[in-house]
Amino acid sequence: MIRSLLSGDTPRSLPLALLLGGILICLALAPFLFPGVRTVDTAARICVFIVLVASYDLLLGYGGIVSFAHTMFFGIGAYGVALASTHMGRGFDAIAFGAVAGALLAAALALVIGLFSLRVRAIFFAMITLAVASAVAVLVSQLSGLTGGEDGLTFKTPRELGPAFKFGKEAFDGTLFGVKLNGKLLAYYFVFLGALVLFLGLLRVVNSPFGRVLQAIRENDFRAEAIGYRVVYYRVAATCLSAAIAALAGSLYAVWLRYVGPDTSLSMEIMIDILLMVVIGGMGTMYGAVIGATLFVLAQNYLQNLMGAAAELTSALPLLPELLNADRWLLWLGVLFILSVYFFPTGIVGRLRNSG
Amino acid sequence: MTDFVRPKMTAAPEHAPKMAEVTFRDRIAPHMPILLVPLIAIAGFIAIQNPSSWLTLTVSGLAMGMMIFIMASGLTLVFGLMDVINFGHGAFVSVGAFIGISVLMLLGHMTEAPSLMLNLGAILLAVIGAMLATGLMGWAFEKVIVEPVYGHHLKQILVTMGGLIVVEQLIIVLWGPEEIYILRPEALKGAITFAGAAIEKYRLVAVGVGLVVFLAMRWVLRRTKIGLIVRAGVENGEMVQALGYRLRLVFVGVFIAGSALAGLGGVMWGLYQEVITAHMGNHAMILIFIVVIIGGLGSVEGCFIGALLVGLLQNYIAFIEPKAALISNIALMVTILMWRPMGMIPVVKAK
Repeated sequence: MIRSLLSGDTPRSLPLALLLGGILICLALAPFLFPGVRTVDTAARICVFIVLVASYDLLLGYGGIVSFAHTMFFGIGAYGVALASTHMGRGFDAIAFGAVAGALLAAALALVIGLFSLRVRAIFFAMITLAVASAVAVLVSQLSGLTGGEDGLTFKTPRELGPAFKFGKEAFDGTLFGVKLNGKLLAYYFVFLGALVLFLGLLRVVNSPFGRVLQAIRENDFRAEAIGYRVVYYRVAATCLSAAIAALAGSLYAVWLRYVGPDTSLSMEIMIDILLMVVIGGMGTMYGAVIGATLFVLAQNYLQNLMGAAAELTSALPLLPELLNADRWLLWLGVLFILSVYFFPTGIVGRLRNSG
Repeated sequence: MTDFVRPKMTAAPEHAPKMAEVTFRDRIAPHMPILLVPLIAIAGFIAIQNPSSWLTLTVSGLAMGMMIFIMASGLTLVFGLMDVINFGHGAFVSVGAFIGISVLMLLGHMTEAPSLMLNLGAILLAVIGAMLATGLMGWAFEKVIVEPVYGHHLKQILVTMGGLIVVEQLIIVLWGPEEIYILRPEALKGAITFAGAAIEKYRLVAVGVGLVVFLAMRWVLRRTKIGLIVRAGVENGEMVQALGYRLRLVFVGVFIAGSALAGLGGVMWGLYQEVITAHMGNHAMILIFIVVIIGGLGSVEGCFIGALLVGLLQNYIAFIEPKAALISNIALMVTILMWRPMGMIPVVKAK
């Protein structure tokens, strides 16, 4: 049962299996284990980022293609839901329509970019996606009539997903293990289950014959071509699929936040975060996305405070407090990133699998 | 003995061999990229219909193109020579701008004086400082970041991107997070009027510097021994190594020169925008990539033409429909890639 759910791709290492199981349980029971607005918010962010990073890993780790437009696809999904909810009125139909439209648009855009760049050389793709993504980000902030510009859009999700909606009054007296049964709880499980389904779907994809061919192309595209696989076709298909799933992840995030804006969905900073999560977790293993996203989001939320404290402790020394300032978080991430690409190319998952 | 019937000799059929006529299309094809520049300028003239604004826009487009070329040329050569793609190239632009502007601020007495010679002297000192710093930085970048990942595109992209982030953040640590506004030197402020068009003086300087850099680079690549080795290396590196040249050393040299040029471009870009931020290199990278792609990765001439096209088109479009300016570059790139998928002047590898 579990084997077939995981598409035959088991963790293959005891510590890794324990870690993944722990993360799954913590996420599944997050509202009960860690009640609190901030912790549940962190858990939802982790769920969304797991899907986002896993879809990026399909491209980077399995396809060997570097894209800088992943946040653009993420944003398309988020804005799809936001625009649909604004113009069609709150409701699940608006969410579904926005998510599907966003995913289709993302896939279509990926198809166009992929056909233009991947047929020549894979390296064009990285440069072209960077250019297109930044153009789109500027466009979104300029078209403020439609997208709300820099301020973004706040919209209403269905009443059932909002904190005002209470249920289970008769059966449980409105609370379960001390947790209020309201729409926010439902929204969390909406995000959690959506993320779980998408992740298992991705696991299915990479362990299918299609995924094998992608890996073959990553290892040696010339040979794959010689065997008779149409390299461009596979690469473009992977790009489209990955874009569509990133857009769905964006939709989930929009449903959770009930807000979209350039900073939460389109910024280059998120793109760098995604790159880091993939590399730290382990490229070319879907489980790497789980571990990378979890560690990273936790670190982002809690380590920054620690850095602030360290900066205060060293405030007497020159330059050091500047370097340890919480705003310089990105500096240390960059250093960590370079070091992990050099010394740790298989990431945490690769290390655990090799050692066990 | 039978009679051997000789076949009757006939004259060879009338035949006047003639070379297939080279069509006009074929003859013009190799020159098409360079012809695109005046074509775009003419199209802009037709669209704008106002000679004096057209002249203003053309000069500013040329200036912008020249500055992009200065920044992009190093990237394209480095790729052509060693197949290394440096996503951190923008870092040199930022660093160059910050160091150059800091030097200019130190030389306040020279920049505030209304003498053109003193002003240009100050800029020259700033440029030298910036180029030295970015050249050194390029050398370090090559040693620390690029060298361990030769021949591995995926890792190169990741690692150089990481390098860009680190450098950007270090700039913020050293110079603070706020953007720095700057004033151009006294003699370069304002505009001169020519045929009813206001042309900013600084843009003329930028066009001049860009042309000098382009011609100098062309001269080095075409007329000197080192240029010969570089061009041969782009075409077939292994052969050059087999002939006993240390291509690796040449490559490091090209990397340093390219970084220094990016620094020079950064100073000029900063003075052009009159504001510098730590992220300016990252923003410039977008234009640089577009230029390098449409020019053909590895080709200096293609890069030059591509930069002029981008500069001109962006200025014309920004005048006609401001919101479409950024999209116009993407549209230009798409059109060119449809026409020539490898870029306008693709580099032929003899491998």
